[in-house]
Amino acid sequence: MRVMAQVAMVMNLDKCIGCHTCSVTCKQTWTNRDGVEYVWFNNVETKPGVGYPKRYEDQDRWHGGWQLDRRGRLKLRAGGRVKRLLNLFSNPDLADLDDYYEPATYDYDTLINAPAGPHTPVIRPKSAITGRDMAITWGANWEDDLGGAPEHAPADPVLAAMAEKVKMEFDKTFMFHLPRICEHCLNPACVAACPSGAMYKREEDGIVLVDQNRCRGWRMCVSSCPYKKVYVNHRTGKAEKCTFCFPRIEAGQPTVCAETCVGRLRYLGLILYDADAVLEAARVPDPRDLLEAQRRVFLDPSDPEVVEAARAAGISEDWIAAAQRSPIYRLAMRYRVALPLHPEYRTLPMVWYIPPLSPVLDAVTGVGADADDPDNVFHAITDLRIPLEYLAGLFSAGDTEVVAGVLMKLSAMRAYMRARTVDGTVAEDLLESVGMTAAEMEELYRLLAIAKYDERYVVPAAHREDAAALSAQADGCSLDGDGGPGMSDFHPAGVTGRRTDGRLGLKIFVRDGGTA
Amino acid sequence: MSVALWVVVPYIALTIFVVGHVWRWRVDQFGWTTRTTQVLESRLLRLGSPLFHLGAFAAIGGHVLGLLVPKSLTEAVGVDEHLYHLVSVSAGTVAGLMVVAGLGLLLARRLTSPRVRRTTTRADKVLFAVIAATIALGMSATVGQNLLGGGYDYRATIAVWFRGVLTFHPDPGLMAGVPLIFQLHALSAWVLAAIWPFTRLVHVWSAPVAYLWRPYVVYRRRAPLGVRR
Repeated sequence: MRVMAQVAMVMNLDKCIGCHTCSVTCKQTWTNRDGVEYVWFNNVETKPGVGYPKRYEDQDRWHGGWQLDRRGRLKLRAGGRVKRLLNLFSNPDLADLDDYYEPATYDYDTLINAPAGPHTPVIRPKSAITGRDMAITWGANWEDDLGGAPEHAPADPVLAAMAEKVKMEFDKTFMFHLPRICEHCLNPACVAACPSGAMYKREEDGIVLVDQNRCRGWRMCVSSCPYKKVYVNHRTGKAEKCTFCFPRIEAGQPTVCAETCVGRLRYLGLILYDADAVLEAARVPDPRDLLEAQRRVFLDPSDPEVVEAARAAGISEDWIAAAQRSPIYRLAMRYRVALPLHPEYRTLPMVWYIPPLSPVLDAVTGVGADADDPDNVFHAITDLRIPLEYLAGLFSAGDTEVVAGVLMKLSAMRAYMRARTVDGTVAEDLLESVGMTAAEMEELYRLLAIAKYDERYVVPAAHREDAAALSAQADGCSLDGDGGPGMSDFHPAGVTGRRTDGRLGLKIFVRDGGTA
Repeated sequence: MSVALWVVVPYIALTIFVVGHVWRWRVDQFGWTTRTTQVLESRLLRLGSPLFHLGAFAAIGGHVLGLLVPKSLTEAVGVDEHLYHLVSVSAGTVAGLMVVAGLGLLLARRLTSPRVRRTTTRADKVLFAVIAATIALGMSATVGQNLLGGGYDYRATIAVWFRGVLTFHPDPGLMAGVPLIFQLHALSAWVLAAIWPFTRLVHVWSAPVAYLWRPYVVYRRRAPLGVRR
């Protein structure tokens, strides 16, 4: 057993109202630069829908993720190492800008600079890539709230794979929002596909990053990620991806997307896992076993044996304590209501989702029944094949039993708490039906409904012994950042120095007490 | 004049080549990339890029064979001038055509696709001009002189001079009687070497061969913050 720690996330989809605050704050923080105008490290999709980039879930087209070869060995879906090196000159699996969308801006200056005339000046959309006039025909959330769904949604690969055909008619359909970030997988296909070895998974917290100084722009990671969460910066010619806001995580703060989530639907916490068991789990033959296989990789942080092994692996006491308080472990393992997105890609993703009950509740209300009556909901969960099958296509490699089990639990929790608060009774039958105790049910309710900031985000800060190194971070010129004007890292020695207030300045302005 | 062209120019170019690469490697890891534009345009690239690259591999291999391997060695293993000429001209012509077609497509793509055009830097423009000139001169030497013309045994003169430059015993006299087209090709190649470290051509040295035996998933410890690798 080789214990490693991973910062993981769970999103409760029933609470997502599709407000895109997470996307906007993420973009402001990370991708408001030239070259990544079209890039959303965090995006929110309306499902059913083709998503961003279009039809990214169609791995027959993009060859993302892993698959088993004939002898049961794990292999990148894009082919073996030699084959992919031969595709270096032109990657046949790479989505191009039109699969995302052409970013637009407007010639706002016209509003101020237009000569006086009889008509109010208007602004026109201009391509942010070429600067030319353009018609805006697609965007990162073009299908928001099922906009255009009758035309586009049938192309959704998950929908297309379903046995039962769905009519995308307004009154018969269902929808929910799916916020997506990088999955920071245990078995990341992007890392495995990077020819330069520039991508890596951090040993301390499992965050998957691109080393901007080592990326050579071979763009294999971009196509091999089945979630399409690695992007090409077309200005620098290098790959960029969601960083899990590692500078915030290191400081013990939640990611920007989690921090700003209006619905408070995101949870952050540690998972301890057995690194030696990862490959074994990723190559179980039946994709439907991948969920349980991944759960077996996770270790119980309150098991003394695990704690001992974690200490031996150099994981500090505060991290072990944080892992024991982890909301992620509770949601994914103890209450088993969180599920991974597309486990069949075999990357063992680490951003999990609590599937939404709302499509089922909508359907119950749709037929004029009372959605508060647990019997109605239970029947709907088992009878309504369409939403169930669709959710199973997203979260359990098509296994409807798994999704139905989670939805039953969520709906039992609602009914139980309703009975408990309205007439003070304890609905033993509901507890029995989902195999939970009253205390467990109330803890799950507390976690999902009223958990406060410090219960939702249990992120241990980087170690104290690194504090000196943290302050040393201020040593560099802030303009040296990737894509920054000073990115060449070139500062003539002796010309710049550190001022007494800690800032970097020209040496002639550095007084005594500062260092050159 | 002869010394300037065939001794001074090569050593200036080689110096810039070596020092330039050391400087760029140390100062500009972030800029060391292929500068891929496939996300912006993939249709023409799909054909042009493999043609250009595979043709260039063959052409480079041919140059290594023709310039670095002494004539005496090939003759010792039983390859006479006629056979060598046959192989080098036919393979060279095929490789050359691939490179020309590939570069043509890539240039057309750069000019006709507004997206790609916008990403083109000054260094790219200089590089395209020099590389196109070098290839055009090389092709006219191979096709014009060796395939259609009477043929010229560059292994008796140019190759010996080139090895002399590399071993620091340059003999400019060897280049005096060489046909103009070969002379120009050689000079343009030195220019290419001199601009090499300042262009996207540096990606050549990062050809990811080590990928073939690397473990799939790379783990790294968090670097002490503030320390740059």
